Amino acid sequence: MSPDNDLNALAARIRRNVIESAAAAGVGHVGSALSIVDLMAALYGRVLRIPAVDDNDRDRFVLSKGHAALALYAALSERSLIDPALLASYCSDGSTLGTHPEHVVPGIDFSTGSLGHGLSIGAGAALAARLQGSSRRAFVLVSDAECNEGSLWEAVMFAAHHKLSNLIAIVDLNGQQALGYTRDVLDLSPLVDRFRAFGWNAIEIDGHDPERIARTIEGLAQQPGPPHVLIARTVFGRGVSFMENKIEWHYWPLDDAREAQALLDLAALDEQAVAE
Amino acid sequence: MRTAFAARLTELADADDRIVLLTGDLGFTVLEPFAERHPDRFFNAGVAEQNMVGLATGLAEAGFIPFAYSIATFATLRPYEFIRNGPALHRLPVRIVGIGGGIDYGHNGVTHFALEDVGVMRLQPEITTIVPADREQTRAALDAIADLDRPVYLRLGRLGDPVPKLEGRFRVGRLEVLADGGDAALIALGPLAQAALAARELLERDGIRATVAVVSSFNPSPEEDVRELLAGVPVAATVEGHYRIGGLGSFVAEVVADAGLGTRIARIGVEAMPHGLTGSEDFLAEKLGLTPAAIAASVTEALHRL
Repeated sequence: MSPDNDLNALAARIRRNVIESAAAAGVGHVGSALSIVDLMAALYGRVLRIPAVDDNDRDRFVLSKGHAALALYAALSERSLIDPALLASYCSDGSTLGTHPEHVVPGIDFSTGSLGHGLSIGAGAALAARLQGSSRRAFVLVSDAECNEGSLWEAVMFAAHHKLSNLIAIVDLNGQQALGYTRDVLDLSPLVDRFRAFGWNAIEIDGHDPERIARTIEGLAQQPGPPHVLIARTVFGRGVSFMENKIEWHYWPLDDAREAQALLDLAALDEQAVAE
Repeated sequence: MRTAFAARLTELADADDRIVLLTGDLGFTVLEPFAERHPDRFFNAGVAEQNMVGLATGLAEAGFIPFAYSIATFATLRPYEFIRNGPALHRLPVRIVGIGGGIDYGHNGVTHFALEDVGVMRLQPEITTIVPADREQTRAALDAIADLDRPVYLRLGRLGDPVPKLEGRFRVGRLEVLADGGDAALIALGPLAQAALAARELLERDGIRATVAVVSSFNPSPEEDVRELLAGVPVAATVEGHYRIGGLGSFVAEVVADAGLGTRIARIGVEAMPHGLTGSEDFLAEKLGLTPAAIAASVTEALHRL
């Protein structure tokens, strides 16, 4: 398993997988998955140290916004951590791959789906690493709307108090939640300042620049100190013209015509990336 | 019981470096021995029970056996979904430790009464619930679960005076018989064994010889033991510091119904939420019908209704 050198190319493959798998399964949560694809490419293409999926010294990853699991499955498949045939079974009867991830799948550390749970688990994983003298890290990807949950801030306080710098949170700041835009539902801004006020090292970053995301994470201090959070500015439904920043694509599934349009849009996005 | 728990856990942690103790900022004058002996494995998570259970989940996945300690209502009800989607879903050896069962915290009022904790924890098939009857059984239970590879809810009474004839016997998923009889049966949840034994003496004066047994664990639950105990027994009373539904009474009724036994069950427990009721444990037991006299009266009445 060698790190993928071209993270943009990896992200492009994950994006196509997301669209094709979602269309084949006829299920929603597509827009949420697309907003984290570049983050998945950075993590699974470069950042995460996973010698083996059952190695206790592997980095832990918690997809706290479990509803974006399809992007995680696609990344695991690209890294050969799950069988592509398993990915093809997404949401079919009897598959272990549902719209929310379950730890029974090798390569998935924790089952998630109820928001506000993952950061506590990640803090426990980071604390465990410290107690065991391991250099492994715990990564937790949360949604912005998930910061509505009070339990998340319990974990934020604990991690800062105990200087868990081996805990790295990433907020998928796509500005949307199930029924509206976050600024209209329960305004989170200024989120960076809020994390800083709680004692975290908070960094704003373009959530669609996997190279920069990977380099930023690799540059984070690991000696005991503030935990880290990347506030990743993302676009909900990234790359698909009719889905970007549209509330309804939190739940809507793709039909054949829309799938074809989405794949054309993604091809255009790839060309644009190459041109840049 | 709390002190016995802390003392035994401290000893176990000497030999088992997987043991970590988390508290939701409770346990003043109780947890200090552990904190002093194992400061690197003691964490006050603050008044944040959800995070405490989430931390325990992350710790357990990495190989630790975390004990998460608080008052029973706070330890179970506030973080209930974290327990369900954490240790239960991942089948991790997290120990939720809830202090004060039933009306133990008499003067503190209803927010501190654990009246449904056993019920909600018993609803999770993955979680073993243990309700020790006294301090000896608390120690025995800690030893019994040392290597149990699944989550445990440990409900500890505030006091823990030894239950006569129990002598620290404890087996996961079994009940322990304290007295033979056969005219009727009294089945008590944990510490209520004391009241059940006292009720047996009252019944004996009227010529009724009652079997007394104590149930201290669910999931696995003592189904077979209850079937054997109640075979041919016309009346059984369940006695618990808990609502009448969801806990021991419900469990015994389920076993009786499943097995098609003819035993009539009198479920003795708390009927409704005790609003605006404060006082000593004895006062509350009187008010809520958990005294030996009330238990004996229920059995007598049930026998008369046969």
